[in-house]
Amino acid sequence: MKKTSPLLIALAWAIVGIPWLWGFSQTVQKAAALFQ
Amino acid sequence: MPSFFDRSSQIAGPGFSRWLVPPAALAIHLCIGQAYAFSVFKLPMTKLIGITKSAPDDWTQSQLGWIFSIAIVFLGLSAAVFGRWVESGGPRRAMFVAACCFGGGFLVAAAGVQLHNIWIVYLGYGVLGGIGLGIGYISPVSTLIKWFPDRPGMATGMAIMGFGGGAMIASPLSLMLMKSYATPEAVGVAATFVTMGAVYFLVMMFGVFLVRLPADGWKPEGFVPRAVSGGMITVGNVMVDQAFKTRQFWQLWLVLCMNVTAGIGILETASPMIQEMFPGHVTAVTAGGFVGLLSIFNMAGRFVWSSTSDYIGRRSTYMIFFTLGIVLYASIPSIGHMGSVPLFVAVCAIVLSMYGGGFATIPAYLKDVFGTMHVGAIHGRLLTAWSVAGVLGPVLVNYIRDYQLAKGVAKPDAYNVTMYLVAILLAVGFASNWFMRPVDDRHHYQGTPLEA
Repeated sequence: MKKTSPLLIALAWAIVGIPWLWGFSQTVQKAAALFQ
Repeated sequence: MPSFFDRSSQIAGPGFSRWLVPPAALAIHLCIGQAYAFSVFKLPMTKLIGITKSAPDDWTQSQLGWIFSIAIVFLGLSAAVFGRWVESGGPRRAMFVAACCFGGGFLVAAAGVQLHNIWIVYLGYGVLGGIGLGIGYISPVSTLIKWFPDRPGMATGMAIMGFGGGAMIASPLSLMLMKSYATPEAVGVAATFVTMGAVYFLVMMFGVFLVRLPADGWKPEGFVPRAVSGGMITVGNVMVDQAFKTRQFWQLWLVLCMNVTAGIGILETASPMIQEMFPGHVTAVTAGGFVGLLSIFNMAGRFVWSSTSDYIGRRSTYMIFFTLGIVLYASIPSIGHMGSVPLFVAVCAIVLSMYGGGFATIPAYLKDVFGTMHVGAIHGRLLTAWSVAGVLGPVLVNYIRDYQLAKGVAKPDAYNVTMYLVAILLAVGFASNWFMRPVDDRHHYQGTPLEA
């Protein structure tokens, strides 16, 4: 039985996670204006 | 030989990790979540001819407002109409069609912008893109529930959180692209649409290649499925057409509709509302920060609340949404009188987390009540509640505010009646959820489980 490589799982999460983190950081920067 | 899109080709082999399925679902939801950021195009699209300022022949804000409305209406309609087709063909075929429609919708809309024909934009982003939104939204839901029978709330919450996160990517990305494509002769909207259509198609195709269905009888290691129905959770299955005839379907429809109406009302008018309720205390920039904070809570609520529902139950989760929602909405006018901006922000943040949580918890609620067999198709039909709420929420807030102002009510108090009215709507949702009971056995499908 060929098990899915943990590297493939990490890569798949990175492909969706990196743009998501970028968008999240942009939104956090925008939201920071509320506390200034 | 089965083709790439045949259901049999989508069955995972032994050793396939279920943790590859959430990224596949996220690839779809992070893209289609762009819809919530469409407003960034509104102002530039009113200057397509005048470039620096609107020319007489340029489109108006009202004409452009219809693009998003058409897309949301087609989201609900296509999810309802194609739900069963999505279930029967499996997620790969549905995700592919969603990628073609959503990516293609951008390209058609780009042609509409280039030719300055609003009807082509309505057809492209509104109709075609809206169909992509609807099919894309429901395509991974039942697959995730099948892969994560031990944590269905968390699994669907992850994907639906992606829909909230999609706007966070699309908003700055759109602005960056328009800025880079802008020339003295063009505002850069058409080129941005072409780029986004191509990029979204490719990212969604990543999901198409990655997604798999579990083999029949597969279950996570150590997971023991329930042998008998208990509480709201059934071990039986209800077919989509039969579910449509049950009282429970319409109760859940009302639950979703009331929860979304309440949240969307605030989401739609967040920026002007905080500025008008606290004149002199909140600038336009600070209001932009408020909108950003609400997006974060909307997204986080999708994961946190739906994961919590795996432990406390779906019905209890919605009881919290409605009870807390009634108290919070009814307190907003008093908070306005107190002039407490931090308290207002905190209340709205909690309310928006429950708005997102409502979207993310409903698939698992449907699975508990109707079983897994047709959960995707039933979810599709239930999303018509979103279409109705998408019109009802903003209309309630905007029209009542305008009516109040016309009657001479001061701007900071113009939202008070709406807040009390929303609290009443939440009470309707509370009652609908309170009287929720398991589906009668006579509605259960008696044969071998079918996919559609």
